[in-house]
Amino acid sequence: MANHILAFAEVRGGEPRKVAFESVTAARALADAAGGEVHAVLAGAPGVAAKAESLGTYGADVVVVVEHATFADYNPEALAAFVAERVKSGGHRAVVFTASAQGKDLAPRVAAKLGVPLAADLSTVQLTGDKVVGTHPVNTGKVLATVSLTATPAVVSIRPGAVTAAPAARTARVETASPAGDPGVSRVRVTQTIVGNTAKLDLGDAPVIVSGGRGLRAAENFKLVEDLAAAFGNAAVGATRAVTDDGWRPHSDQIGQTGRQVSPDLYVAVGISGAIQHLAGMRTSKTIVAINKDREAPIFKVADYGIVGDVLEIVPALTAAVRQAKGSH
Amino acid sequence: MKIAVCIKRVPEMDVRFKIAPSGTSVDETGLKWDMSDFDGYAVEAALQMTEKLGTGEVVVLTLGPDAAQETLRKALSMGAARAIHLKADAIPFDNFAIAKALAAELAGGGFDLVMFGKLSIDSSNGAVGPMTAELLNLPCVTAASKLEIAGGKGTARRELEGAAELLEFPLPAVVTIDEGVARPRYPSLKGIMAAKKKPLEVKPAQLGEVRLTVTTMALPPERPAGRIIGEGVAAVPELVRLLQTEAKVL
Repeated sequence: MANHILAFAEVRGGEPRKVAFESVTAARALADAAGGEVHAVLAGAPGVAAKAESLGTYGADVVVVVEHATFADYNPEALAAFVAERVKSGGHRAVVFTASAQGKDLAPRVAAKLGVPLAADLSTVQLTGDKVVGTHPVNTGKVLATVSLTATPAVVSIRPGAVTAAPAARTARVETASPAGDPGVSRVRVTQTIVGNTAKLDLGDAPVIVSGGRGLRAAENFKLVEDLAAAFGNAAVGATRAVTDDGWRPHSDQIGQTGRQVSPDLYVAVGISGAIQHLAGMRTSKTIVAINKDREAPIFKVADYGIVGDVLEIVPALTAAVRQAKGSH
Repeated sequence: MKIAVCIKRVPEMDVRFKIAPSGTSVDETGLKWDMSDFDGYAVEAALQMTEKLGTGEVVVLTLGPDAAQETLRKALSMGAARAIHLKADAIPFDNFAIAKALAAELAGGGFDLVMFGKLSIDSSNGAVGPMTAELLNLPCVTAASKLEIAGGKGTARRELEGAAELLEFPLPAVVTIDEGVARPRYPSLKGIMAAKKKPLEVKPAQLGEVRLTVTTMALPPERPAGRIIGEGVAAVPELVRLLQTEAKVL
C-alpha cells in the first residue's frame, strides 16, 4: 500500500491560488508522517505547466500536470473524474483539498467516486496509524469537533488559512497526464467566470481586513474604511450583514455566520456592534481592533484593542497614522 | 416538475452551547430545534418553482430520529406535498453514509430536481448534496446563489472568493442552495392545519458502515477579555504603538 498523499492545487486565471500552496504544505506534513511522497495535481488551460515548479517549492515531490482547453474555467465533472482515477491507480493514502468555494464543490464529488466520506473544512489534520484525525468547527464555530476518519483513502479538505504555506523546497518531478475521458462532454458547464476587481485582495487571502458596519451611518462613509484598508496596503474590505442587506456593499463582502468566515492576522471592526452572527465569522482573527461609539457594544468583549468614540473622527486619524507608520520602515 | 428537497433538523444557534457529559456531543438540554437555514431556502425555492409553473410536486426528505418529523411537518406547512422520514437512531456524522441512504430512496423517484441547503449549520460539512449527486450519477451545482429552471435546463450562479461563476446544466440534476435564492416564508395557520393531514411516510434509513465520527467536542478557547485602550482620536497613537510592538501586525 502506497503512503503517498495527493494534493489538489487550485488554479484560477492560470495561476495557482494561495490555497494551492496551503494544500501542498498540509499534504507534505501528512506525507512525512506516512513516509510517502506528495503528488500535486495541477489542472488548467494549456500553459499551466509553467507553474509546476512553484508547487515543488512548497514540498511536492511530483507535480501531475493535466492541461485542457475546458480547464480555463472550473470543470467539476472532468476534474473529479481525473483526481478519482489518479487516486484509484496510485493507491494514495490520503487526498487533500482546501475548503475554498471550488474545493467545497470538488472534494465531496471525489470522495463519493472513491466510495468514502469526506472530513471537511478541517482546521488541523494529522495522520496517526490507521486513521486521520482532524479538528472541525461545528455549530457556526461555537463548538470544535475532533473527527476521526478511518476510511482509505482518507479524503480531507483544509479550511483556507488554517495551514500556513511553508517552503519545503525540492525539485519536483513533472509528469504530464491526459484527462480521464473527454472533458468537453461534462454536463455541468461554467459559461462564465466573473472576476471582480483583480487588484482587490480577497477576504480569504488578505492578512488584514478592515470591516464596516451600520455605525458608519451612511453608505458614502464606507470610503473611510476603504482609505484605511488602502493605508495598510495588504488589506481587504469586509462588511456586516446589515450593511450588505442595505446595499451599501455587495453580498460577497459579508462576514459572519451566513457570509464569509475569516481569520486574518488583523481585523479592524469599524462601527460594528458585534452581533453574535458577525462574531461567528471573525472571532478567530489573530488580533481584533474595534472602534465604536457604544462602550457596551459586544464587539469590545472580543477586541484586543478597543477605542470608544466617533468612527468618522477616529478612522481618518488612524488612516493617517498607519500611512505614516508604513512609510517609516 | 417533481422536486425533492432534503432537509435536516438542527439546533438553533443563538445560544451558548454546553458539552454533554459523554464529551462527544453538545448537551441538548434546553435547545430549540428548527430546519437548517439553507434547507429553508431550498424548500422555499422549490415551492416558488412549482407555484410559478402552476404544476408539480415538492417532496421533502429527512434522515434522523423521530423528532426529525417536526422539521418535515414544518416543510409541509410551508407547502410541500408529502414527506419521507428515513428513520435512524441518530444522524451519523459520516456524510457518505447519509448520501447513500438518501440516494437509495431518491433513485427511481422520478425527480427532475433534487435540492439541498449548501450545508447544514450544525455539522457544516456541505458534502451530502454533491455525494448524493455522484451516487445517482446526476449533474450537480453546489452553493447556487441564483437558480433558474426552464425547458429542461438549469442556469445557476455560484459565489467564489472575489469572483462568481455562471453555470448551465441539464435536468434531472442536484442543486445545493446558498442564501439569496429565496427567503423562506413563515407557515400560515392554514398551512399548519393542512400539514397535519399530508402524507408522511416512515422508512428505516439504509446507513451502512460509518467511517467518519466525532470523537470529542469541546468549546473553543475563550479569547482573552476585551480591552478598551482609550477614547476618541487621542487613543490612536497608543493603538498604533500596540499594533507595532505588541501585536506586531504593523
